[in-house]
Amino acid sequence: MSDRTESGASEGVAGRNLPTLELHVPEPKFRPGDSVDFSHFDIPAADATARPDEAVQPAQIRDLAYGLIRVLDEDGGAVGQWNPNLPPETLLRMLRAMALTRAFDARMFRAQRQGKTSFYMKSTGEEAVSIGAALALARDDMCFPSYRQQGILIARDWPIIDMMNQIYSNTGDRLKGRQLPIMYSAREAGFFSISGNLTTQYPQAVGWAMASAAKGDTRIAATWCGEGSTAEGDFHSACTFASVYRAPVIMNIVNNQWAISSFSGFAGAEATTFAARAVGYGIAGLRVDGNDVLAVYAATRWAADRARSNAGPTLIEHFTYRVEGHSTSDDPSAYRSAEESSLWPLGDPIARLKQHCIRLGIWDEERHAAMDKELAEMVRDAAREAEKNGILGHGLHHPMESLFEDVFEEMPWHLKEQQQQMLDEWKAAGL
Amino acid sequence: MNMIQAINSALDVMMERDAQVVVMGEDVGYFGGVFRATAGLQQKYGKNRVFDTPITECGIIGVAVGMGAYGLRPVPEIQFADYIYPALDQLVSEAARLRYRSAGEFIAPMTVRSPFGGGIFGGQTHSQSPEGIFTHVSGVKTVIPATPYDAKGLLIAAIEDNDPTIFFEPKRIYNGPFDGHYDTPAKSWAGHPDAQVPAGYYRIPLGQARTVRAGEALTILCYGTMVHVVENTVAAMGLDAEIVDLRTLVPLDIEAIEASVKKTGRCLIVHEATRTSGFGAELSALVQERCFYHLEAPIERVTGFDTPYPHSLEWAYFPGPVRIREAIAKIMKD
Ligand SMILES: Cc1ncc(C[n+]2csc(CCOP(=O)(O)OP(=O)(O)O)c2C)c(N)n1
Repeated sequence: MSDRTESGASEGVAGRNLPTLELHVPEPKFRPGDSVDFSHFDIPAADATARPDEAVQPAQIRDLAYGLIRVLDEDGGAVGQWNPNLPPETLLRMLRAMALTRAFDARMFRAQRQGKTSFYMKSTGEEAVSIGAALALARDDMCFPSYRQQGILIARDWPIIDMMNQIYSNTGDRLKGRQLPIMYSAREAGFFSISGNLTTQYPQAVGWAMASAAKGDTRIAATWCGEGSTAEGDFHSACTFASVYRAPVIMNIVNNQWAISSFSGFAGAEATTFAARAVGYGIAGLRVDGNDVLAVYAATRWAADRARSNAGPTLIEHFTYRVEGHSTSDDPSAYRSAEESSLWPLGDPIARLKQHCIRLGIWDEERHAAMDKELAEMVRDAAREAEKNGILGHGLHHPMESLFEDVFEEMPWHLKEQQQQMLDEWKAAGL
Repeated sequence: MNMIQAINSALDVMMERDAQVVVMGEDVGYFGGVFRATAGLQQKYGKNRVFDTPITECGIIGVAVGMGAYGLRPVPEIQFADYIYPALDQLVSEAARLRYRSAGEFIAPMTVRSPFGGGIFGGQTHSQSPEGIFTHVSGVKTVIPATPYDAKGLLIAAIEDNDPTIFFEPKRIYNGPFDGHYDTPAKSWAGHPDAQVPAGYYRIPLGQARTVRAGEALTILCYGTMVHVVENTVAAMGLDAEIVDLRTLVPLDIEAIEASVKKTGRCLIVHEATRTSGFGAELSALVQERCFYHLEAPIERVTGFDTPYPHSLEWAYFPGPVRIREAIAKIMKD
């Protein structure tokens, strides 16, 4: 063994009068047990960033890929050129959608712990990313989400019972119990079927956008992936196509700092920003405070207008924080400081919008508490309703033979044979 | 030891013995892997030898090819076998052919570890068994252990091997053997004879099958989780079957297969992967070519169905005791 080792390789000694090379392996700032200090964080003032015209050349706005677009300031004011000046009813709709997403996550996480389903993923702390974007897009624009954008369906008023049926893989599940929980598909809601394979949706969104352009349609596409996923080849293929064909697409990177146990440095964050990925492709790149729903809304609106006017694609990095574990199978206390989430310097997206609404005089603590209570009851009732259609592994599911449907449009002989075989075997076994 | 601990121990032993061995993959470093298979290794061997990677399977394997060409012995982890597809080009067109196309000038001595198989409600993208894709490719070896003892010995042999090896770990049996009865409480490896794993170095050569149980009535060829499901089904039927755990699919222990089928005259093949063009088809053809005149009944296959892996109907899909029993009855009828 090791017969192929070249001389000196194991010792790391070059054998010449040269400095030895060193491998740099990134390390996050804080590990379990560390106290957290975010004072090095450079957060620009909310009104510091100028808003260029949507038709601007990407090369002229490179600084936006390295900055941080913000609207909500520390006191809950909405300031600066990016302020979308939304009417009160839109602000309250946003607030409610974010709060509902959080309540939904809490209930479904609990359902997994109670053994009602196999798996769940929360979006806690990142609600603004999905909700802000969903409200800035047109209802018939097509979204190609990853697994943490449940907020899009909620913002599009998709029935939460339908989402729960999918999570429970029960008889009401439109996906016939075939997908892992939260891997929704809702064509009517402009929500593309979610894959478990990271970033495959990225080039698909670009393809959808190219098709829309080639057909002279007016609809655009948007897609989302995590910062960790930007390492995948599919991400880079998508950027090339989007740039080459000026596809009417918005490519969102949700930088929530962690990819399971790997911090953003393993996707390249030590060297540059994720929005700066756009620079090399000649795509417009924006970096946004992802915990500021108004900034997310404004940036998405800008990108959507740009796409709709044939000015090309936009890549948006949403700088946020994954407050909870990666999924129900994860324990973040094993790899990151417990203090991080509470000390996250950009705050909580719901609390920030709430403060803004209170400051505007259109909201107050009492109404907020009442809303939280109402939403918790609503998701509880919906969950009970969904459970009537069955929970995972408790017998109420789509018929066994449905296992063989939808593999092809028409079932070939070998699947018919296997289907019959399965039914015969189960019958012979008295099941 | 359970299977995860055995794998961890194999990595530890090999990193200790050979400074060229490096472990890499998504979440394998500080955290020690999402299944904890690499736990403690970074602490012990440092970040130059155990490190997290960016999330790009094709990058991981391509980089491992380069490291192997330098003289290292990379042991990349692909977090789930379902995510090996993005790496397929680097594995199939590069790693598998490097020795051949450079006439031995360059080699890719890597061992790609990856949890695979179903039975954990993992849905479509955490349950697949893609071994047939690799056995179809020339130049890559495919190894699948069924016990903690084998996992350690085979992994050591794979790491020492100078050819690229795919090492599929049946994750359903990481923590305990699984007899196919999903509704009974999970068993642990504790007390199981095959879980007595020596702490130090030992190897199980690639290409040697293991006779799990000798018998006369029929030969059952299987590997991975299916070994346990078959063993239990046979025991429940009180049948004198011979169970052969293949352990490595390439290189394949054809002698053991031939000897067993010639002895029993009947052959059942069991695997989790989909049926059409699965490894069972290859086994069936081999047995037919070499043992035709000894066969007393047609060769049968029990496999996953030719559908994507489902979520809620997992136990209808999973080749369990019911299906194995029916197939055995059919073979024994003639
Ligand atoms: C191709 C592929 N490789 C690996 C995985 C396993 N995996 C699932 S999620 C994940 C981390 C993704 O992190 P990130 O992209 O940052 O998104 P986040 O979970 O933080 O939202 C990994 C490695 C996968 N699903 N698909």
